[in-house]
Amino acid sequence: MAALKTYSYDVLVIGAGGAGLRAAIEAAGQGVSVGLICKSLLGKAHTVMAEGGMAAAMGNVDDRDNWQVHFADTMRGGQYVNNWRMAELHAKEAPDRVRELEAWGAVFDRTPDGKILQRNFGGHRYPRLAHVGDRTGLELIRTLQDHTVYLGVTVHMEHTVIDLLMDDGRAAGALAYDRERGRFHVFSAKAVILATGGVGRAYRVTSNSWEGTGDGHGLAYRVGAELIDMEFVQFHPTGMVWPPSVKGILVTEGVRGEGGVLKNSEGTRFMFGDIPDNYKPQTAADAEEGWRYTQGDKSARRPPELLTRDHVARCIMREVKAGRGSPHGGVFLDIAWIKEKIAKAPEHIKRKLPSMYHQFKELADLDITQEPMEVGPTTHYIMGGIRVNADTQESTVSGLFAAGECAAGINGANRLGGNSLSDLIVFGKRAGEYAAAQARVQRAPTLNDAAIDAAMKKSLEPFDRGHASGNPYKIQSDLQDTMQDLVGIVRLETEMQKALSRLADLNARAEASGVDGHREYHAGWHTCLDLRNLLAVSEAITRSALERKESRGGHFRDDYPDKDPAFSDFNIAVSQDSSGAMQVSRISIPEMPSELKQIIVDQQQ
Amino acid sequence: MAQAIFRIWRGGSDGTGAFVDYTTEVSEGMVVLDAVHKVQADQAPDMACRWNCKAGKCGSCSAEINGNPKLMCMTRLNTLDLTAPVTVEPMRAFPLIKDLVTDVSWNFRVKPGVKKFKPRKPDAADGTWRMAQRDIDRVQEFRKCIECFLCQDVCHVVREHKKHDEGFIGPRYFVYAAALEMHPLDTEERLRDLKDTQGLGYCNITKCCTNVCPEHIQITDNAIIPLKERVVDRFYDPVTRLLRVLRS
Repeated sequence: MAALKTYSYDVLVIGAGGAGLRAAIEAAGQGVSVGLICKSLLGKAHTVMAEGGMAAAMGNVDDRDNWQVHFADTMRGGQYVNNWRMAELHAKEAPDRVRELEAWGAVFDRTPDGKILQRNFGGHRYPRLAHVGDRTGLELIRTLQDHTVYLGVTVHMEHTVIDLLMDDGRAAGALAYDRERGRFHVFSAKAVILATGGVGRAYRVTSNSWEGTGDGHGLAYRVGAELIDMEFVQFHPTGMVWPPSVKGILVTEGVRGEGGVLKNSEGTRFMFGDIPDNYKPQTAADAEEGWRYTQGDKSARRPPELLTRDHVARCIMREVKAGRGSPHGGVFLDIAWIKEKIAKAPEHIKRKLPSMYHQFKELADLDITQEPMEVGPTTHYIMGGIRVNADTQESTVSGLFAAGECAAGINGANRLGGNSLSDLIVFGKRAGEYAAAQARVQRAPTLNDAAIDAAMKKSLEPFDRGHASGNPYKIQSDLQDTMQDLVGIVRLETEMQKALSRLADLNARAEASGVDGHREYHAGWHTCLDLRNLLAVSEAITRSALERKESRGGHFRDDYPDKDPAFSDFNIAVSQDSSGAMQVSRISIPEMPSELKQIIVDQQQ
Repeated sequence: MAQAIFRIWRGGSDGTGAFVDYTTEVSEGMVVLDAVHKVQADQAPDMACRWNCKAGKCGSCSAEINGNPKLMCMTRLNTLDLTAPVTVEPMRAFPLIKDLVTDVSWNFRVKPGVKKFKPRKPDAADGTWRMAQRDIDRVQEFRKCIECFLCQDVCHVVREHKKHDEGFIGPRYFVYAAALEMHPLDTEERLRDLKDTQGLGYCNITKCCTNVCPEHIQITDNAIIPLKERVVDRFYDPVTRLLRVLRS
């Protein structure tokens, strides 16, 4: 077997987006040695794509905001199947995490009195998102990256983890390959943190980069960790729909936060026609009130375009299906119209939404200050993931922690925009803190050489089989069609059963897929290895979605179109049994403490 | 459907690389990265290229397209002459790894050599600061940088004169230093390093970096020239030098 490079750390962090970097910073601050593995170059993780901002109830713009309101908003958005303790911690700690970024050099947009500016976003009662124009994710990742590089954290760039390594039932490290040469590397660690992001690449239309292949989900699942809430996939309502090559790229909710409106081909603002009862008291009665809300009028209620993402995405689908869509199969998102309301609107739009202006100008040859955009739903985020302890972020496997998108709980059935970036820094910090504490009292692990050899051998099999045995790109492409068509925004029992049989087929094809050539920076080989994780998460999504015979949040079933109270008190979990098969179970949601219940009641108006 | 020829650099670090022509179908709205991906999926599965976001936000897919340093994901085919082969080659200032992928690790080693952000004491009792938007506009321009390293690639001090081997940090890190120097809260001193070891003086403001910046950061005018002015004020202006001597 090829010569191995081995590294040993107290804490190994896998993934260098917002959560991974924040975890590494925290662990390093606790004085333990930290290794950080990232699939791409440092600072390129999908966090850079986040646009709108990070939610934190600082009350800088509206002093009625506080953690209780944020907590209630998060639970309402998640349709009350969230891990309430995570929602509570998140709402309480997000403001400190955001202020900390400023101390590390982040430069947020300002209020007139010089504080961090906060903007409106879907499902948030008050202006709550700290932001930098529409490039907040870049600001977050760069701030964390620039802080990390001075801390003595060892960064292994362009390394991909193949398998987690175990020692007596405890996570003890990872086997990885480097892209540059295709060499194997063994990482031994006293605690491991997964911060690998999402699974968007399982779908055809997605806002996710190539990295979103569910690595952490797959790695954790294969060592026995439970995944929960996997049926809850967020389809962001506004992705680009044209030109075809950019289909799925995100159009920030910030466009709607700044006054952008959704219209169908008849020019109707269709969102006014479908406002769920539990949001009626908070939603504007007419266009005028909605406009005033976006301009900071505290007496106004938010426009229906800023309802939760799951709802807006389904309304857009309905318009398209009913033949009221735009020429390229979406609907119109119009920000240019605000020139009727304010002077110098084009300059205003360019200042508030610079990267949207840039993105449409350069990729679609369209000036958003003059014309409406065409938008449609795109696979954006998975609420489900590794089941973790709310306080420590430890998974059901000891020594294995998870934070950020690959962990589950805080978002329930639907994530509010802006809660992701704050999730990364709140729970990234907690994961780093508790992993470091555990590492300090753990003995150095013993790694199983036979398991490492077997994993390396398996990883090289695609070269033995050769390209003729199956093109991995084609398999991934077929998988994307399967998930897009059969387990997408609107789901049906029969279609999902069909998806399961296709997945079995795709699994067999993936096992047989192969490549020619050598191991240096070989994208085809990498795709072969990614397929294992993509197929595991796809099966988890499908099986969980079959189990939830109701519609809730991001999960909508045409055969069970209503929310069913019988499904409101548990989460669906999947795990691998001893035969390697996927088992589905239900986990009761613990009763919420009375003070949190009271907050939800108080915030219902 | 229309077809076009992409003349893509193939080869590794052993110096035996060459351009290979790939004919592939092209459609409306495609960018160069789409064409490269299509070639990869259909004809050359082992072809190496970096990419992540495909929306000009991560700065991974830097390459030289028909000789111009650009992001592949933001270069639409309808801006290129498709009657002739489109050449796509790796950034030439950096060592080649394979095909379109280069070793950009030098850039990552440079950053920790620029002294980190050091804020003044918080302005408010709750540990927060106050800053006016007009005072941070310039810094925010610099912080738009996506670290694509195209400015480093095109800088002749790096590309032709290899001064980065002697400590020259390149336009990206002048922008980084400028963002810190002009940050209203920052209290650190970086001018001496810029002058003595980081090669600010080597820049003769040809603006090549500014011209290739996909984020349209005015690297030369807004970052490098003001840094040069600060160095001059600090170290060479006779009046301030005299005042400093008298004060000390």
